[in-house]
Amino acid sequence: MNNAPTAGRYSLKRYLGGYVLALLLTAIPFGLAATAALPRHSVLIAVGAAALAQVLVHLRCFLHLGLRTTAPERLLAIAFAAVLILIMIGGSLWIMFNLHYRMWV
Amino acid sequence: MEMRILGRLTAADALPLYSWVAIGGAVVTILGFLAIIGTITWLGKWRYVWTEWLTSLDHKRIGILYVMLALVMLLRGFVDAIMMRAQQAFALNSGGYLPPEHFDQIFSSHGTIMVFFMAMPFLTGLINIIVPQQIGARDVAFPFMNSVSLWLTAAGAGLVLISLVVGRFSTAGWTGYPPYSGAGYNPGVGVDYWIWAIQVSGIGSTLSGINFIVTILKRRAPGMKLMRMPLFCWTTLASSILMVFAFPALTVTTALLALDRIFDMHFFTNTDGGNLMNYINLFWIWGHPEVYILILPAFGIYSGVVSTFAAKRLFGYKSLVYATMAIALLSFTVWLHHFFTMGASAGVNAFFGVATMVIAVPTGVKVFDWLMTLFRGRITFHPSMLWTLGFIVTFTIGGMTGVLLALPPADYLMHNSTFLVAHFHNMLIPGALFGYLAGYMYWFPKAFGFTLDERWGKRAFWCWISGFYLAFMPLYMLGFMGMARRMERYDVAAWQPPLVIAALGAAVILAGIACLVIQLIASIRTRERRRDLTGDPWDGRTLEWLTASPPAPYNFAVLPQVRDIDALHEMKRRGAVYERPERYEDILLPRNTGAGVLIGGFAFVFGFSAVWHIWWAAAAALLALLAAAAARSFCDRTEFRLSASEIQQIEERRLRQLAGEEAL
Repeated sequence: MNNAPTAGRYSLKRYLGGYVLALLLTAIPFGLAATAALPRHSVLIAVGAAALAQVLVHLRCFLHLGLRTTAPERLLAIAFAAVLILIMIGGSLWIMFNLHYRMWV
Repeated sequence: MEMRILGRLTAADALPLYSWVAIGGAVVTILGFLAIIGTITWLGKWRYVWTEWLTSLDHKRIGILYVMLALVMLLRGFVDAIMMRAQQAFALNSGGYLPPEHFDQIFSSHGTIMVFFMAMPFLTGLINIIVPQQIGARDVAFPFMNSVSLWLTAAGAGLVLISLVVGRFSTAGWTGYPPYSGAGYNPGVGVDYWIWAIQVSGIGSTLSGINFIVTILKRRAPGMKLMRMPLFCWTTLASSILMVFAFPALTVTTALLALDRIFDMHFFTNTDGGNLMNYINLFWIWGHPEVYILILPAFGIYSGVVSTFAAKRLFGYKSLVYATMAIALLSFTVWLHHFFTMGASAGVNAFFGVATMVIAVPTGVKVFDWLMTLFRGRITFHPSMLWTLGFIVTFTIGGMTGVLLALPPADYLMHNSTFLVAHFHNMLIPGALFGYLAGYMYWFPKAFGFTLDERWGKRAFWCWISGFYLAFMPLYMLGFMGMARRMERYDVAAWQPPLVIAALGAAVILAGIACLVIQLIASIRTRERRRDLTGDPWDGRTLEWLTASPPAPYNFAVLPQVRDIDALHEMKRRGAVYERPERYEDILLPRNTGAGVLIGGFAFVFGFSAVWHIWWAAAAALLALLAAAAARSFCDRTEFRLSASEIQQIEERRLRQLAGEEAL
């Protein structure tokens, strides 16, 4: 952990920064959902966006993912996973909202 | 509410006293179990079975156990099939011999068993035995996890089997659609048996997938680049990636259904805002990739068989690799074609219809590659080759009906009919099962050291394929005639003749299964003259034929150097095969452990208790399972050292055997 070349990637500053960011990105959706400050539709989008940002924070600050520092095959695996998740979640949202629209609107 | 120590388990509910056929099934199950226990006890082989097999972490032993499980479950699943065919052959304007409640259990268990407990263990077993040898490795990456996977799968199979004796199985089909599978319509234990059997074995499958991916990426022999791997390794890699990404969807979906049923939640109940269509959506996000999880390894087997028995290099190796990976990705983009009729807009249906047809393209590429490999080859008609040829013809027919079903307007007419039943059996029997049987006959000498009888293998093939056509072509017809699937009785006289033919087809397949049993028994009895002393009975081209048959625990005393796609063939040509190395080195091998059996056992108790709502036992079993896993992780002595001198002894014996062969 204390080896000089990797010290920057594993620094306390980055862990703490990630922790604060993660807390913020958790607090915002909870706040929005509890106070209903925004219309329902916007709240859903905000919660989704915060979740996505949270994933990126975790990958960057806790799992030390970097476009240049991480081995290409690992980036490829993560990209593949991202594509599949996009297909599954995006597809499900598309299918279910399409059905919702046709059934209740 | 009254708390009972055994949850809702009472003798009156649990015993299968509702029909004579059900009692018969229970008795056969119990007798089969007692027969196995009795035989081992009578032979006094418990110690041998425990130390050499059940606790073994050797990938070959684990693979053999997987295949044995698959073959037993194949028999059970086939009994279900022939019972359904018999029922429908008689049930014109009458109840046949099965009450509806029982018939529904039978088609549900048939599908569940064939997919989860026949096909999955069969392919996992073959992969386990062969892939490490094909890539020149000494074991899988995580030998202990391998054992855990096996015993979780066995625990799931055990839950399905015990449902025949204690309680009832699901009547909701192998897909378990709500609302019918919800607690409101289905308060009994059947659906719970289905859920927990799938949960437990599904986790095992996910672990297997992880294990195979890491093995293939990290354990290849020197020189074995990815683009030099035999095609079976490629299809295993693709299939394992699908397992890792698709199985969590199934686990989550069935877990949500369990929450609906146990805690009265409403993910999939329309009252209180649940949405049952989302169950179907989530289920098929797993379900469609699953089709390719089953079929891709078989494609790999066919590729190996075609190339070996045509004595030619595989035609279009690269195109086969790309086609495999394209299929793996595309398989995630077509799931809606399982529910075109749910009422999505034309745009959604058109997208998934087109995506479905696109999958036919890489599959077509593969068929042409196999044909071109055969073209001008020196073909040996080994039974494995017959399964492959039968597959190519039959699978293409199934592919055509699949493209037909991929048209949403046509699907509106044929969905839920026996046309669909005929279609997917037409894909999975030739596409998956024939492949596994080809692999079984091809690799049997590798696993056991003697070949299987070819005459009985050919008879089995001819019975299976003619039985298949007899059993399923009438179902295509019946679909056009308007017959829905899963009918316990019907009143259309015109349906009966095709149904009788289909039942005859099932009887011919039964003869095929009998041939398989006879083949195995006859081959064991004549094993002394079918010994494979070379380890290479078919003049193989890939590395698994370099090891002894059966292989030493470490597979390769010295890791092979790979220079070509057909690594062994290239070595033979160079005359650099079976060389005596300058010296041997110690090899670390995984030490046996009973922890896998223990974890599987606890998972079984957990599943059984959850089914019957015996919550104290479920909690205890879960805790015990976690404790066993934790205790195992503190174990430092997971490997043992096989010394160079022992290895030298084993290898010298093999080299003498090879020399003796050459003298003949």
